[in-house]
Amino acid sequence: MTDDRDIIIKAEGLTLIFGKRKKEALELLNRGYSKTDILKKTRCTIGVNKASFEIKKGEIFVIMGLSGSGKSSLIRCLNRLNEPTDGKVYFKDHNITRETNKQLLHTRRTEMSMVFQKFGLLPHRTILENAAFGLEIRGETREQREEKARIALKTVGLEGYEEQYPRELSGGMQQRVGLARALANDTDVLLMDEAFSALDPLIKSDMQDELLQIQNKLHKTIVFITHDLNEAMKVGDRIAIMKDGVIEQIGTAETILTSPATDYVEAFVERVDRKTIITAETLLFKHPTTVKLGKIGPKGVLHKMREAGLNVLPVVDNLDKFLGYVWLEDMIDLEKRKVQSIESALYSEVPSVLKSYTVEEMLPLITGHHYPLAVVDEEDGRLLGLVTQTSLIIESTRYSKTEMNELIDNANDL
Amino acid sequence: MQTIYSMEKIIPLGEYIERGINALETNFSFLWRAIDDGISWTVSFMNDFFLAIPFVVFLLVVATVAYYAKSRGRLFSREGLKRGVGLTLFVVFGFFLIYGMGYWKEAVQTITLVLVSTAIALLLGIPFGILSAKSNIADAIVKPVLDFMQTMPAFVYLIPAIFFFSVGNTPGVIATVIFSVPPAVRLTNLGIRNVPGDVVEAGRAFGANEKQILYKIQLPLAMPTILAGINQVILLALSMVVIASMVGAKGLGSLVYQGIQQNDIAKGFESGLGIVILAIVLDRITQAVANKK
Repeated sequence: MTDDRDIIIKAEGLTLIFGKRKKEALELLNRGYSKTDILKKTRCTIGVNKASFEIKKGEIFVIMGLSGSGKSSLIRCLNRLNEPTDGKVYFKDHNITRETNKQLLHTRRTEMSMVFQKFGLLPHRTILENAAFGLEIRGETREQREEKARIALKTVGLEGYEEQYPRELSGGMQQRVGLARALANDTDVLLMDEAFSALDPLIKSDMQDELLQIQNKLHKTIVFITHDLNEAMKVGDRIAIMKDGVIEQIGTAETILTSPATDYVEAFVERVDRKTIITAETLLFKHPTTVKLGKIGPKGVLHKMREAGLNVLPVVDNLDKFLGYVWLEDMIDLEKRKVQSIESALYSEVPSVLKSYTVEEMLPLITGHHYPLAVVDEEDGRLLGLVTQTSLIIESTRYSKTEMNELIDNANDL
Repeated sequence: MQTIYSMEKIIPLGEYIERGINALETNFSFLWRAIDDGISWTVSFMNDFFLAIPFVVFLLVVATVAYYAKSRGRLFSREGLKRGVGLTLFVVFGFFLIYGMGYWKEAVQTITLVLVSTAIALLLGIPFGILSAKSNIADAIVKPVLDFMQTMPAFVYLIPAIFFFSVGNTPGVIATVIFSVPPAVRLTNLGIRNVPGDVVEAGRAFGANEKQILYKIQLPLAMPTILAGINQVILLALSMVVIASMVGAKGLGSLVYQGIQQNDIAKGFESGLGIVILAIVLDRITQAVANKK
């Protein structure tokens, strides 16, 4: 699917070892020794262990893990703030790991900019000068850099604060300056190292929204580090989950939730609020039994219902466009009255959803009804499949199927 | 009574050092001559320059500088006045007292010696401070040297200083520089090492080279500490100037020295008080500059 031109950063077997006897440690690592054994033998710590991944142009790639998982070390390998012990990092067409000092400075100045957890602002400079810092390092004239910095500050909503100093701003606003400084450089890639982790929850959520808005306008490639899974799920197009320096799984929020690759990932994602992440696409029951309007009479419908064991069926037209539902009772009634067309019994006042709807959005639509949700194509209204009420409730409550059945039984007893 | 230990010199270390210094003296005489000429010329030029300025003008300049530094730029506000008036009055009274006691010329000579020594000490000290902040190896070498310089009794420096430069202002300046340079090195080193790592890392991430990191990040952020170091250098230089008078350096220190030799309580006390006044003025002004940020 993805063609090579779409990939902007590619890491191959990236390994970072801290300590003095790196070579020895690397050899032991290659021979399959464990982290603790290597620490015992060489007093070296493995920061990143053979990480390989590809980052596509224009996506937000989240690297997520708990503290000590090596995520911050990993992101620093991308611009070589940490010198990788082994492995390669390709950026566009060049190999960053083999760049000379001069080339590396050029890459940092023009290709990647970075936002830090602790902001890293210069306290003796004004907000404007801070935002223009990267451009100053690059050697642009005062006029040029201040103009760009002003635009960047405006983008992050800090217009009017240009002449103030960092200490006069709140944490959230300081991080906006950090973001503006990175945006002012107008690099293709933005590295964000726990950029919102130091902010309080409300500000954090605001900043995430704002980042997504900015991303909608600017289409940067963003590598985003976080220890907060909900944040990862919210901002990330794809997520890499790290543990002990190893990347355990890479995928979209949904894939990671629905098919965790390892026990660790599974344990990790258990606490996530799935309602906001799982979409209709995942729960979709494809190729359901349908009724084509005009092609089939009540008798045929009854037959289909009996075969599928259902008392309600979706109705589509010739082009598979979703029209509504028909019910068992109505079909029996029509059959009795010898009516040949089912059109009069069609319920068309029913909701339908798109593939991208989340469980949270779908839940209100099922209350008070007894039919599944039809998932239709955004363009032509074609019926793609159904989402059953049971699956929705399972998703939102995380009850197992047996628990569900018990619940239903209990409800019936009452 | 019997001696139970030998009084003989087994290790004639002093002799070796003397021989080494002798060799330096004879082999590099051109260098010592050049240094002597440079320092003597600078000192006498500055002396003449300061003495050519009428006392009242000099007083006004120092008082203004004191007021400016203390009021932190808020020259004409009430707050500025409140902050600056104390030191300014002290400068006026203090300088009038020195003038009135008849020691103005010596006071100016002392100020000159302090300024020249401080300038040289900073010119040497700050680069070494930067070097030892940047390199742990340099730090490991510089530190014991500084310890040596600070703990060695100051008088000891006078002996080779005379040897190289005979008596006069130059050996005084040299001894003063050796005595007062350590805080410049130490506090520059400390200031740079204490710059938060995340700020330096941010600089690197944006592609700053070593020079840009030093000038745009480390030195500005280390400045308060470096200024505190400069303050220390000045005060140490002032305290050394008295000792330096033993090798012929002119100024208030030589008056104190004369007071001791002639058992002249009046002279000794007056000139000592003059030094105290200069010390307070220099200290408060440089401290005010250092605390500005």
